Amino acid sequence: MDTPKRILVACGTAIATSTVVAKAIEEALKERGISITTRQCKAAEVKSLAGDAHLIVTTTPVPSDLGVPVIQTLAFLTGIGREAVIEQIIEALKD
Amino acid sequence: MTNAIAQLLQPSCVLLDCEFKTSDEVIIAIGGKLFKAGLVKESFIQAAIARESRLPTGLPLAGGINAAIPHTEIEHVLKPGLGMATLRKEIGFRNMVSPQEIVTVRLVFLIALDQPKAQIEMLQDVAGVLQNPELVNRLMILRNFKDVINAFEGV
Repeated sequence: MDTPKRILVACGTAIATSTVVAKAIEEALKERGISITTRQCKAAEVKSLAGDAHLIVTTTPVPSDLGVPVIQTLAFLTGIGREAVIEQIIEALKD
Repeated sequence: MTNAIAQLLQPSCVLLDCEFKTSDEVIIAIGGKLFKAGLVKESFIQAAIARESRLPTGLPLAGGINAAIPHTEIEHVLKPGLGMATLRKEIGFRNMVSPQEIVTVRLVFLIALDQPKAQIEMLQDVAGVLQNPELVNRLMILRNFKDVINAFEGV
């Protein structure tokens, strides 16, 4: 079995928002039989932690030159466009 | 479904149908209640305002009534808690994911957490409310705490 892909989940302070987002991503992908691990961080830490992740999902702006795919979305908080973002995450993890 | 909110929301920290001019004023009003309730240090209010200006929390919602979820670093918090306001008139908060945009907000949850990655149920419940336009609409017309709790608990 493949090693689970690592998703870095960023928000402003890594206290509240990224907790909701990380949990929602874990549950959504688990439902689809995809095993992943998440790590939460502050937006300011993204640059130093990006190298260890396959994908970054963030609710707050982060630099664009991270060498890792970045998905900026509020879908896991507001529900708007949630399914589309889940598809986008699955697609981004395929490579 | 949203029992975790009901457990952490204090009656004194819920401001219904109020009127403010700025996002700072809303944070000061709810934050003052959290302080009086002994949940946060006095520094929480200024810290939440400063955090909101650097890392805003405005969220456009599906039903057209938008929300903001201000919060700040854990060192300003004594006990986990939640404050809330419904606003008679919309107030501008900046959008969390694209801060150059203004989101006009009528529902505010001020979140006080004393450790990171904690209170997952409460945070999920808050997200659950935000994703439920019917419930958000209903909150706008409620005028007392008991009705708010009933709405959250799905009564």
